Amino acid sequence: MTKLIKGTSRRGALKTLAGAAAGAASLPLWARYAQAQSSEPIRIGFQQHSTGIGAAYGRWYGRTTEAAVKLLNEGGGINGRMIEIIAEDDGTDPKRGAEVVEKFANQHGCDVGFGTLFSHVVIGSAPRAGELKLPYFVVSEGHHVASGMLNRYTLQPGITDVKSQVQAMAPYVSENLGKKVTMIFPDFAFGHDHRDFFTAAIEEQGGEVLEQIAIPPSETSFTKYFPQIPRDTEVLYHVMVGPAVLTFVKELGEFFGEQGPEIFGFIDSLEAVDISSPGLEFLEGTYFWEGMPRYAQEDQSEHEKFYREAVGVDENGASVSDPSDVSTYAHMFGCWETLHIIKAGMEASGYAGPLDRAKLIEAVEAMGEMPESRAHPQGAKRFNGKTHQVFGHQHISRVENGRLVRVHTTSIDDTMYPDEVDYTTQPL
Amino acid sequence: MSMGGRVLGLHLGLLVVLFALQFVLPAYHHGNIARIMVLASYAVGYNILFGYTGLLSLGHALFFAAGMYGMGLTIQHAGFTPAPALIVGIVAGALVAGGLALLALRTSGVAFMIVTLMFAQAGYLTILYFGEYTRGDEGFVIQQAQRVLWGVDLSDPTARYFAAWGLFSVCFLMSLWLVQSRFGGTLIAIRENEERVRMLGYDTYAHKLGAMVVSGTISAAAGAFYGLLFGYAGATFGSVQYSIFPLLWVLLGGAGTVLGPFVGTLFMFYLIDLSSGVTSAYMLIAGVALVALTLFAPQGLTGEVRRRLWKGLP
Repeated sequence: MTKLIKGTSRRGALKTLAGAAAGAASLPLWARYAQAQSSEPIRIGFQQHSTGIGAAYGRWYGRTTEAAVKLLNEGGGINGRMIEIIAEDDGTDPKRGAEVVEKFANQHGCDVGFGTLFSHVVIGSAPRAGELKLPYFVVSEGHHVASGMLNRYTLQPGITDVKSQVQAMAPYVSENLGKKVTMIFPDFAFGHDHRDFFTAAIEEQGGEVLEQIAIPPSETSFTKYFPQIPRDTEVLYHVMVGPAVLTFVKELGEFFGEQGPEIFGFIDSLEAVDISSPGLEFLEGTYFWEGMPRYAQEDQSEHEKFYREAVGVDENGASVSDPSDVSTYAHMFGCWETLHIIKAGMEASGYAGPLDRAKLIEAVEAMGEMPESRAHPQGAKRFNGKTHQVFGHQHISRVENGRLVRVHTTSIDDTMYPDEVDYTTQPL
Repeated sequence: MSMGGRVLGLHLGLLVVLFALQFVLPAYHHGNIARIMVLASYAVGYNILFGYTGLLSLGHALFFAAGMYGMGLTIQHAGFTPAPALIVGIVAGALVAGGLALLALRTSGVAFMIVTLMFAQAGYLTILYFGEYTRGDEGFVIQQAQRVLWGVDLSDPTARYFAAWGLFSVCFLMSLWLVQSRFGGTLIAIRENEERVRMLGYDTYAHKLGAMVVSGTISAAAGAFYGLLFGYAGATFGSVQYSIFPLLWVLLGGAGTVLGPFVGTLFMFYLIDLSSGVTSAYMLIAGVALVALTLFAPQGLTGEVRRRLWKGLP
């Protein structure tokens, strides 16, 4: 699907008209934007998972992108030029993903590509982005960027990667929940990342993984795996994803009843799923990693509050227009922050058009500390220009009365690990 | 011009047009046609088994993936250069096809479909199971430096187009030659009436085995080239939808015609590409087009041409 989001809604247009008189009074500012209106827009190709397994994420990534672009355009766009989002559905498929990247670069004349989440789509598309020299800003949380697998034109400046997330959980888990951990994970790359990174991290904290239980991807019933959980397990670590997760939680509850180990999971399992759904009662008292707390916390920052309202998310993390439409809140801020970084990079490099793409890459690589702000509502970030990966705070929440309540926030230092690549050595 | 001359002229003409197109196509369509030629090669392989032999396989993604991983894993883990890696991919596909044929050809009809589907699914799960080497569903990138074949960088658009054209030309001409050979004639006869062919003294099992190996090998070649030309190998290409795609392409283009696989692949690619620009329900448009074709041109686009205009079209 090709969808043009010009960043102006009917309401926005009316507001603009109403403000016209005031605008005339501030002529220098107005004159600056008059130039903007006459310029070609900045075209950002949005590789959206509108269909396929990533559709729930794609829907919310779309809404977040729309809200961010509206805000940026109201603030004068980028270098005085409006932003135009050109969304193409990649079907959450790596083959179509690569085709969509080609379409952005060669047919739509996009300045950059942006917004991909699922790792296999990123990995399938990134080689083409590199060959076409299209700056490709992914919002994936995969370790593929920082691992050195991709190329100089692929960056992940708006969301942290799974390695840093998992590693940062280990100190809290070992100090507060227990040191003897059993892991249950899907038997594919996403699960293997958790297995490898967490096992190493918990051992560093003096803990150990007693058992690693890999669940085949096609599995629909889990009860037969639970007897493999050693009796002296103190913490059960789970990262099941996909439609079977509700069955997984229900069967886990039936297996343990009231007496079970502490349970720690990644919210990826339950993104876009209401925690108070029938069958999920067993999650009460269990812990989750969250990239950004879904439920508005008592101490939420003014920036987060602004972001939540702008995207149209209520204090329970659902759409303001439909309380049953739960957002992918722990991830979608990445779109908002990435778009602000694209703007900052383009303005720092004086970006004027596709010929300046290399300068844009260098400008983003030069970024470092990013303080918490309206542009970074999830919190402060630290970008590593060599590995093209950003690092930031992680949150741990506990389910209390059917709500996720934040109990811990890691430091950025907790999430850091040694560089595995230096993309700046690759030619532009 | 004789009948054979006209047929040869038509098919060589397509290759000449495809060769010439690269000089005039804009960048986006230039890339698309390169991709379509590789995918059409896959469909050509599928057509030999389905269109000419009458065996409906739902497991060709296994061969495509065998080629892709045979090529990709040897580059990734054994440090092979592209030429030997391509050969490994193609040989891997031939071996897998031969092995599967020995088992699956003990069945026929619906059972054959199910057996091929199940083996392909087992192959897909095997890719996930050995995630340590294959990176499972995420897959892995074949880096630009690993894609230099005899000094030619296959990530360059012109080189990629040439390579895709070369692969397609070989598969296409091989298919044309095959279906006009005695062996191909026997395959067509098996498709029409296997019992009668057997009664005439032909070893139909050996012929079907041969057809499956040729079909699987061409599919594997397409998979190996696809991974090499576009720099990525992933388990998605071994999933069931990649077994369905060549069936759709061949049905649309015309099963049992040499041109059909290319026509169907081209049609389906642009149908999705163009309709996705109009609506988010583009798969609905694709579905309606398929239903309409099934109703009004059940033999596919090229099949319809053969029925109405050119009876002898192979």
